[in-house]
Amino acid sequence: MIHSLFLINASGDIFLEKHWKSVVSRSVCDYFFEALERATEPENVPPVIPTPHHFLINVLRHRIYFVAVIQSEVPPLFVIEFLHRVVDTFQDYFGVCTEAAIKDNVVVVYELLEEMLDNGFPLATESNILKELIKPPTILRTVVNTITGSTNVGEQLPTGQLSVVPWRRTGVKYTNNEAYFDVVEEIDAIIDKSGSTITAEIQGVVDACVKLTGMPDLTLSFMNPRLLDDVSFHPCVRFKRWEAERILSFIPPDGNFRLLSYHVSSQNLVAIPVYVKHNISFREGSSQGRFELTLGPKQTMGKAVESVLVSSQLPRGVLNANLNPSQGTYTFDPVTKLLSWDVGKINPQKLPSLKGSMSLQTGASKPDENPTINIQFKIQQLAISGLKVNRLDMYGEKYKPFKGIKYMTKAGKFQVRT
Amino acid sequence: MSASSAFSDDKAGSASEPEYGHDPASGGIFSSDYKRHDDLKEMLDSNKDSLKLEAMKRIVAMIARGKNTSDLFPAVVKNVACKNIEVKKLVYVYLVRYAEEQQDLALLSISTFQRGLKDPNQLIRASALRVLSSIRVTIIVPIMMLAIKEAASDMSPYVRKTAAHAIPKLHSLDPEQKDQLIEVIEKLLADKTTLVAGSVVMAFEEVCPDRIDLIHKNYRKLCNLLIDVEEWGQVVIINMLTRYARTQFLNPNINESLLEDSSEKAFYASDDEEDEDKKAEAAALVKRKPYVMDPDHRLLLRNTKPLLQSRNAAVVMAVAQLYFHLAPKAEVGIIAKALVRLMRSHSEVQYVVLQNVATMTIKRRGMFEPYLKSFYIRSTDPTQIKILKLEVLTNLANETNISTILREFQTYIKSMDKDFVAASIQAIGRCATNIGEVRDTCLNGLVQLLSNRDELVVAESVVVIKKLLQMQPEQHSDIIKHMAKLIDNIQVPMARASILWLIGEYCEHVPKIAPDVLRKMAKTFTNEEDIVKLQIINLAAKLYLTNSKQTKLLTQYVLNLAKYDQNYDIRDRARFIRQLIVPTDKSGALSKYAKKLFLALKPAPVLESPFKDRDHFQLGSLSHLLNAKAGGYQELPEWPESAPDPSVRNVEVKDSIPDWSKCTSRKDRKEKKLDKPFYSDSEGDSGPTESADSESDSGSGSESASASDESGSGSESEESGEETESEKEEEDEEKEKKRKKRLDKTKAKKPAEESAERCAIHTSYQINTFSHFAQTPVSKQPPKQSKKESKKETQEMSLLDLDDFEPTPTSAPVTPVNFLSSSLVSDLEGLSLTDTILAPTTIAPSGSIKMYELLHRITGEGLAVEYCFSRQPFSPDPNMVAVQIQFTNNTNSETKNLHIEEPRLQSGMRIREFAEIEVLAAGESVTVVMGIDFCDSTQAANFQLCTHTRKFFVSIQPPVGELMTPVFLTENDFKKEQGKLMGMNEISEKLTLGEKCVNEHVIVERVTATANLSRVPCGSDKECRFAGKTVSSGCLVLVTVTTKEGGRAQLTVNCEKMVIGTMLVKDIMQALSQ
Repeated sequence: MIHSLFLINASGDIFLEKHWKSVVSRSVCDYFFEALERATEPENVPPVIPTPHHFLINVLRHRIYFVAVIQSEVPPLFVIEFLHRVVDTFQDYFGVCTEAAIKDNVVVVYELLEEMLDNGFPLATESNILKELIKPPTILRTVVNTITGSTNVGEQLPTGQLSVVPWRRTGVKYTNNEAYFDVVEEIDAIIDKSGSTITAEIQGVVDACVKLTGMPDLTLSFMNPRLLDDVSFHPCVRFKRWEAERILSFIPPDGNFRLLSYHVSSQNLVAIPVYVKHNISFREGSSQGRFELTLGPKQTMGKAVESVLVSSQLPRGVLNANLNPSQGTYTFDPVTKLLSWDVGKINPQKLPSLKGSMSLQTGASKPDENPTINIQFKIQQLAISGLKVNRLDMYGEKYKPFKGIKYMTKAGKFQVRT
Repeated sequence: MSASSAFSDDKAGSASEPEYGHDPASGGIFSSDYKRHDDLKEMLDSNKDSLKLEAMKRIVAMIARGKNTSDLFPAVVKNVACKNIEVKKLVYVYLVRYAEEQQDLALLSISTFQRGLKDPNQLIRASALRVLSSIRVTIIVPIMMLAIKEAASDMSPYVRKTAAHAIPKLHSLDPEQKDQLIEVIEKLLADKTTLVAGSVVMAFEEVCPDRIDLIHKNYRKLCNLLIDVEEWGQVVIINMLTRYARTQFLNPNINESLLEDSSEKAFYASDDEEDEDKKAEAAALVKRKPYVMDPDHRLLLRNTKPLLQSRNAAVVMAVAQLYFHLAPKAEVGIIAKALVRLMRSHSEVQYVVLQNVATMTIKRRGMFEPYLKSFYIRSTDPTQIKILKLEVLTNLANETNISTILREFQTYIKSMDKDFVAASIQAIGRCATNIGEVRDTCLNGLVQLLSNRDELVVAESVVVIKKLLQMQPEQHSDIIKHMAKLIDNIQVPMARASILWLIGEYCEHVPKIAPDVLRKMAKTFTNEEDIVKLQIINLAAKLYLTNSKQTKLLTQYVLNLAKYDQNYDIRDRARFIRQLIVPTDKSGALSKYAKKLFLALKPAPVLESPFKDRDHFQLGSLSHLLNAKAGGYQELPEWPESAPDPSVRNVEVKDSIPDWSKCTSRKDRKEKKLDKPFYSDSEGDSGPTESADSESDSGSGSESASASDESGSGSESEESGEETESEKEEEDEEKEKKRKKRLDKTKAKKPAEESAERCAIHTSYQINTFSHFAQTPVSKQPPKQSKKESKKETQEMSLLDLDDFEPTPTSAPVTPVNFLSSSLVSDLEGLSLTDTILAPTTIAPSGSIKMYELLHRITGEGLAVEYCFSRQPFSPDPNMVAVQIQFTNNTNSETKNLHIEEPRLQSGMRIREFAEIEVLAAGESVTVVMGIDFCDSTQAANFQLCTHTRKFFVSIQPPVGELMTPVFLTENDFKKEQGKLMGMNEISEKLTLGEKCVNEHVIVERVTATANLSRVPCGSDKECRFAGKTVSSGCLVLVTVTTKEGGRAQLTVNCEKMVIGTMLVKDIMQALSQ
């Protein structure tokens, strides 16, 4: 399936290669570089590039291209999904997935890749199995290793691969038994010029951090499970139980994992927590443009809207912007024409606004394009869909775990058209 | 840092080493390369593991950067037997990378692996096989073959998995081994563990994808294992099964496509053939009309459906393509939601998914219409995603949604991304051609764009307008005029060419402007692009033919210019046209027809999606994405004309399991199913029939089913309907338990014993059931006899239908629930679980019938109380409803003196309390039965539940269906009784059956689940009758469900007690319309 993997950084250097079958010369990447040149933006490189003898399937994450070389028919999503899983694993191991981190840990990276694929077919991709095989580097361990000469490779043989619950290793022990769940919802919306909603939907996830001793069997139930329209589960969740009773029943993996992601049925109206008043105009024949933007809370269920960040790509004709924010700071990059305004918290009494003028190229005609405004925000302690966890029960173990649940709403792809 | 200093550092065991290894001074590499390797060699030869490790790390880092380290091979290979695990692993990495180049030296390492293959530890065996098979050295092929064969029959499933992985490796190394490898694949395909399934199918796909015959026997097993296979294996298996299903089953949409075909044929067929054709068609129709889906086909669809919920995009896509290619049209829709969900993922995933959605929308537009808005474009999307979304939106456009789509397109035109704007304009053009109603609106919109400031926008609009105008040029001469004016400003060649073509083509509509445009063009001819020049020549020719008076000289001039053009195409064209249009003595007959040649009516272009007809590639495949066949792509076969013999999938089953597929001949089954074109898709159930074919887990299910069947009815016959439901639940629970049990075992046992252990578990359950079978007083007959009986019944009742078992109207003195559950209870006991321990009681369908919560664990301070209506006669007082109560003590201390106090009851209601429970130990649970006379009302019975410390107020409210007890009536009795209960006592309601109530069995099941009634035999298959009497007053309750065409039905309840009747009607209606 996957023949080789090349890691290419933003400046076009191949800084790591790994082959699972016969060696494929790195000159195969030239086709990739050609495609890269043709693409105007880095993210416009086609994910699948056919070459005379191979196919290159690439993903771009953290400004690194992961280019897989394949030789014959394979579902492209299979490879793409796998590459993303590789990145996730690196991130899990090194905290960040940057070129520097990969170069620093090149041996661990190599060992990981060796375990994840056998002859190009995925072998062990579950993070807990991998962690049993190869311990993630920590500062402490690095120090200890250098002094004692011990290794990162697990001494005991991994049993996780053999287990019926491959996502959980046996013999987990904690002094404090905790299970935390974060319900995070993102609002994707497109708001049109007049402020009416064109499309809005809520995508949510339940992320868990479970540190429990032994083999606990958890059930999580919702007050209003009918809200969830479309769900996808971590493999640990028993699907039939969900189908029958709308209860999440699972033996959790150890540590952090995504238990569930869901989509809230589009029949329900989505509450839009912020509104934007805007006036971005250019006059014919003038080299000045007006820019006015005011933000306000709309349907926030009484919670504060925080970490608000507004960004907008201004038309190419704009040379500079001279604006005055009522709160927060703004930056305008004259090269990329990207305006971003870090607003912070919205105070309903004193609405934040950004006003001022934009200077245009003299003599140029007024730009036709209308910039869109992208907004990011966070609302703590609120799941905007109204989803509520009812209870969490644990079976199979005797101790009483500490349980916690947190709700948060964020803006996903939240755009206002002007 | 120089090499020599590094060397001295090494000896001192310095900690600064790794840095050097990872980041060598780049200048030094070439000069000190040789030396550097020297020092590595020395480190590898040393006795210290830490030095060896350090050296190996540096070597691996070099390999990672693509540096050649092959000269170190001898030094590295020596360490293959090193004790240190990490060194060993890194040596393996090195070995696999360079063995191909250094074949002779690589042989040195082989003996180590051969030793490893005999290791008692399964993981070491597996790892040895893995590395051995990764060494691409042809000499060791026989050794590899031997190792693979041995590992394929290893005890450990993990080693067998590794063997499966090794197969494609050996195959690519030496394709001549194919035949032997196929034998191994065949063997491994029969493996029953989820661990092996994915890997062996992958090997199958690489080595012998055409040997579909190997799959037959394993088909059902693969379907059943699928959900537990790891995600990557799922993708491979699903893709393979899609192909398999295409060769083995009939097209579920066959009737539909046949109808289409026949109409088409009738249209084209010549008259004399027609009659014959029609006859043949009719015959075919008659023959095929009763399409019945093969149960195995259904099995596949049902077992893959839950995987749409997978977190892995590849799995979701695999299921989606399976449904697209295999499912009946009505069911394909479910994949849309899952695919739309994937659109939230990374942009690469989006890209692939959108490509597939684009193909699907062409064939099945309706599927994605509800999700139209999910394809709206955001300014932050990458351009390639935007264009794909645009494609999907265009495909989805129809008369109803076109206005919203066009409004959306309008905003896209204002985008800053010019490529995207151009694509949007194209999309508008396509919408306009496809949907006649909006053609004028679109055209107007596009004309407005002609005054756009951006030239690209204008140019693209011109091109699109040209195509649109071709459809109805007469009405739009003003647009042509407008465009003629544009020629002064537009510089984009394609647009200029389009305008010129338009003017030439429709010069008769703009007789005054056309010559003037030619005049201007003649002036600039030499500076134009080639495509523009060609169009100028065309324009000149056309004008010459229509208006030679004004344009003769101009044409001559243009042709002269063209004659000396640099491009030979243009010179050729000029020469050709001159010969054709200018009459000379030499010019042949053709010139007479010049006008016809040039100004013939041209058909309007059809704007088609580039995704049209892409679905002949299997969706989700690389070939589909590229729209070109990739190496190793397996064609998706066409549906067969007639289904191949389905019995090839039958598996020889152990005696303990009744083989349903043999019980009745296939023919019988099919006939039975004629009246139901497709079955309900009972979601996620593991009902008895589904499991009938699977050997392992669900064997128990079918077993108990047969038992229930055989013993089902008499005064208790209604129970069995209920029971099927309860069985499902139990089975689910059972599976879970089993899973847990296995887990425990794995923890406890040594891995080597595990596989044997697992087999034991598989069978243990069956054995258990059997032993109970024998123990229960009912089934004193030996199991064989009972099986026979069940066989007989199967034929009668068509039990093999995928839906459910209906209660059989024969009498047997036993309560099946009791029988089943007691066996279950002791089974569970044997499992020694920590949660939900069920106490063995005389009446113990705990967990099988719907449980209600009386007291929650939290409010009860650790005491959890649940109750259910066991539907048993309450022996101390026949006028009472038996309520079974289960207490579970979740606290750490004993609970004492559990009893009931102070019942607060409505007048007439009575309670027969259970005997006080003196002690309930920590963690224990106990089940008791109490009787309540509800006086035939659904009023709640309130009372206090007391322990030695606390009192809890609780109440039990019965659903109306539980207030009755079944009565056995004959058909005549039923009619007689019904005759007595007419008028006010009869309540009749019309209803529409829910989607899933497609057949009698489901209706029976639903009704008996809702109310404690028994089925009355009935001659008509359109009617289901049920009878019962209220517990406390003994009034008869008669229920009749009459089904009619189109899912409608009539429900009639006859009962003296009108309140009961009304409530019952309501409940049954609800149950049936779900």
